[in-house]
Amino acid sequence: MSLYYTQKLLYQLNRDPAVRRRFDEDFESLLAEHELTEEERDALRKPDIGLLYVMGVNGQILMHYAALRGYEWNAYLEAMREGERRYGPVRTGLYTRADSR
Amino acid sequence: MALVFAGVCSHAPGITGRADRADPTARDRFYAAMGRMRKAIEASRPDALVVIAAEHFANFFMNNMPAICVGMGEHYEGPIEDEKWLGIGHHRIPGNKPLSRELIQEVMNDIDLAYAEEWKFDHGIMVPLHFLTPRYDLPVIPVNINCQGPPLIPLKRAYEFGRSLRRACDARPERIAVIGTGGISHWPATPDSGRINEPWDRAFLEKLLHHQRDALLAYRDQDVWREGGQGGFEIRTFIAIAGATEGCTGELWCYVPIPAFAVGCTVAVMRLH
Repeated sequence: MSLYYTQKLLYQLNRDPAVRRRFDEDFESLLAEHELTEEERDALRKPDIGLLYVMGVNGQILMHYAALRGYEWNAYLEAMREGERRYGPVRTGLYTRADSR
Repeated sequence: MALVFAGVCSHAPGITGRADRADPTARDRFYAAMGRMRKAIEASRPDALVVIAAEHFANFFMNNMPAICVGMGEHYEGPIEDEKWLGIGHHRIPGNKPLSRELIQEVMNDIDLAYAEEWKFDHGIMVPLHFLTPRYDLPVIPVNINCQGPPLIPLKRAYEFGRSLRRACDARPERIAVIGTGGISHWPATPDSGRINEPWDRAFLEKLLHHQRDALLAYRDQDVWREGGQGGFEIRTFIAIAGATEGCTGELWCYVPIPAFAVGCTVAVMRLH
C-alpha cells in the first residue's frame, strides 16, 4: 500500500495548476512519478472513486478529485457507498468503521 | 486596544456550494445569523480578523503538517477550490504582516507555532469570510489547527493557544476580532455526509457557552470520533476560542442541523470582558 503517495498526488493535483496541466496532458507520466501500486494507478485512472475511498483516501482530498472527474455531489457520495459494497469496508485510516453496516 | 470581538461559526462547503439543496427556512435562519454576526463584527470596528480554522489539505499535507500554523502574509487568496463547486468567486484577501509577526512572536512564548507567508484559503476560511467580510476588505490573519487526522494537538494545548493569543492581542494597540470556525459533529465528504448528532452538539455548545473549561477539555478523541465523526476533531477551533475568552460566557445565535450542508449550522458570540 502506498496510500500516502496516492493522497499526495491528489493533494498536489487539487492545489497546483501546473500539476493539473500535467493531469490533462500526460496523466501517465504523472502517475509514473509516484510510488504507487498497480491497484492505486488503476483506481486513479478509471477513476474508481469507491475503491479510492475504500483504500483510505481522505474525503477532503477525494471529493475534489471526484468533482474534477465530473462527479456531481450525490454521485460522489453514491460512488463511495458502491465502493464499500463492492470492495468491503474501508481498509485503513479515519474511515474504518467500528461497526459493520 | 486588544480583542474586541470573539465568536464561532460553521464553515462547511455545502453552505455556499449546495445552497439550493437545503430546507430554505433552516438555511435562511442560518444565513440571517451570519449576517447578524457580520454586523456585530463591523460594530466592533476591528483592524484585523483572526480566523482560527481547520483547513482541509489545501496548504498543509502529511509531508510537513504543523499542529498550529499562523499566517504572516501581506495578502492571501481563495478559494483554492473550484469557484462553482464552492459557490464563492476568487478573491485576494488582505493580510496584516506586521501584526501577524507581533502576535506570532508573542504567542511563541507559550506555544510553538509554524508560520506561513503564503496561504490559499479553502472553504474553512472562505465560507465565513463570504458572510462576515463580503467585500474582502478587512485584513485577515489565518490560523490553522490540524484537525484532519491524528496525531492531533491535545485539546488543552488548543485551549492554551487561545489563551496565549488573547494575551498577545491584549498587548497590541490594534482592535482585533477573532472567530473560531469548525464543525461540531459531522462526517464530511464521506458516505455518512449529512449525519448530525444534535444532542452531542448541543451538549458541547452548552459547555462552550457557559465556559465549563474542565468539561470542554475532558473530551477524548476516540469518543469524539465515535459520537461526532472525524469532523468532530474540529472542536479544537471552538476550544481555542474558549481559551481566548477564558471566564466569559456566550450566546447562541443559531444552531440548526442542515443535512444538505452536512453540519449543525452554528453561530455563537462570546460576551467579552
